[in-house]
Amino acid sequence: MSKRTFLGAGGLFAFLLIWELVARSGVVEATLLPAPSKLPATLISEVTLGFWHKMVLASLNHYLIGLISGSLLGVIVGGAVALFPTLDAVQSWLARLLRPIPPLAWIPFAIIWFGISETAAAFIIAIGVFWINYFTAYTAVRAVDPDLIELAASFGHRSLGARLRKVILPAAAPGLLSGLRAGLGQGWMTVVAAELFGITGIGQRMNEAAGLLATEVVVIYMLTIALLYGLSDMLFVAVQNRVLRWQR
Amino acid sequence: MAAIVELQDIGITFPGGERPVFDGINVAVERGEFVIIVGASGAGKSTLLRVVAGLLAPSRGTLSHSFTERPDQRSVAMVFQEARLMPWRRVRDNVALGLEGLAVSAAERDRRVDDALALVGLANYGSRWTHELSGGQRQRIGIARALAVEPDLLLMDEPFGALDAITRQTLQDELLRIWGETGKSILFVTHDIDEAVHLGDRVLLLGGTPARITHTYDVDTARPRDRDAADANRVGAQVKADLSGLFDQGGGI
Ligand SMILES: Nc1ncnc2c1ncn2[C@@H]1O[C@H](COP(=O)(O)OP(=O)(O)OP(=O)(O)O)[C@@H](O)[C@H]1O
Ligand SMILES: [Mg+2]
Repeated sequence: MSKRTFLGAGGLFAFLLIWELVARSGVVEATLLPAPSKLPATLISEVTLGFWHKMVLASLNHYLIGLISGSLLGVIVGGAVALFPTLDAVQSWLARLLRPIPPLAWIPFAIIWFGISETAAAFIIAIGVFWINYFTAYTAVRAVDPDLIELAASFGHRSLGARLRKVILPAAAPGLLSGLRAGLGQGWMTVVAAELFGITGIGQRMNEAAGLLATEVVVIYMLTIALLYGLSDMLFVAVQNRVLRWQR
Repeated sequence: MAAIVELQDIGITFPGGERPVFDGINVAVERGEFVIIVGASGAGKSTLLRVVAGLLAPSRGTLSHSFTERPDQRSVAMVFQEARLMPWRRVRDNVALGLEGLAVSAAERDRRVDDALALVGLANYGSRWTHELSGGQRQRIGIARALAVEPDLLLMDEPFGALDAITRQTLQDELLRIWGETGKSILFVTHDIDEAVHLGDRVLLLGGTPARITHTYDVDTARPRDRDAADANRVGAQVKADLSGLFDQGGGI
């Protein structure tokens, strides 16, 4: 075990230990700060009552729909805008107007348009993910070396499709992937907030638990989010390294 | 003998450019001939090659050719000053770039890539990434990529300009060997006059504003050439004198 791993594990352990000690000392009220030793039992009860997987699956569902549609649209629209100067001109003011609106500010409209529904949650998640990918795709495609495009043309790859396949997509891949990865994180951040309004999922369960001062349940779902985010990011990085293995 | 490519009265004016870059360029490359274009920086050498490569339509004049136009080859192939390799492709796949889209079977494609890599002396480098190559090796891959499409005409735009003197000489001699083995027609741009007279059958001097071919020199020195062959050097001295004469008249820069 390397020194770094050792210190990392030590830091985590110390954090849990201090948390446990503070919780037990009675300095803070038990409902305000649940002790970590209470968490395993809470997790087991959430799982046996069937809440845990129901909520996780529901959130995962919103997350994936929002993430995939937001990422796809963001990459396609951002890439197209970078390729066609006319589109670029059309979007310049529009993007400046719409982008600063935080995804959560769309909640009222999401509910008016889609009701308290899965679609509403997915929509809010998609908005945040869209803008991240829109701008990274735009930047990545703009940064493609025109010399390589000329090279491909001189070897017979001149159509838009050939240019995309032979040069633009592979050349922009590092930028596109870092945008997708940032969107992956942004998606988890909005998923909870999007569900606070009663759309079934982790956010709704946390809100319920908080209302009953069942803070240990809240903590369980906080950690669940951290775990899901960590896992999805790890998976993504593995794919990313594979795709970008040509990089030094 | 029909010229492999002939430019007649070619003129180029860039959109927004007030003056034409050239006006009335006439160049013919005979089959199997090694033709060199020299000229000051900005004279329009790269622009001329881009016209021949079909990357840029001339504003006036005609370009005629007697290319074979087989579906399994490309008429012209360009070698650039910077190797322009695609870093996301391994060496083999870089060499195969021009074969994609041609009527070439997978087996034939592999064979052509192997042959081209062997011609440039990098037979064992196919599975490398491009960042694992030296500058000279990268340039050779650029040449292999052009050879793989079996072009009628090889266009080379200062292909050795960025290399150190020793690598440059090695690659020049290698190019002469490849030319001898394949019998390609070559149109080669350089501003290195020693390189021009060492490689070329004919040297064309591009100069003036707008540019035209101001001088043509035949280099009759027998091959293989010695680097200090007297008659080649005499031509070289003449080119240098004419080039600085043009320069004094304010052409190019
Ligand atoms: N796309 C373009 N639009 C406008 N002007 C251009 C364009 N490309 C080249 N030019 C101009 O045309 C002239 C010739 O350029 P070119 O690149 O052909 O020169 P060159 O002889 O290859 O020079 P060098 O030896 O420095 O490579 C230059 O004055 C250049 O500024
Ligand atoms: Mg040039």
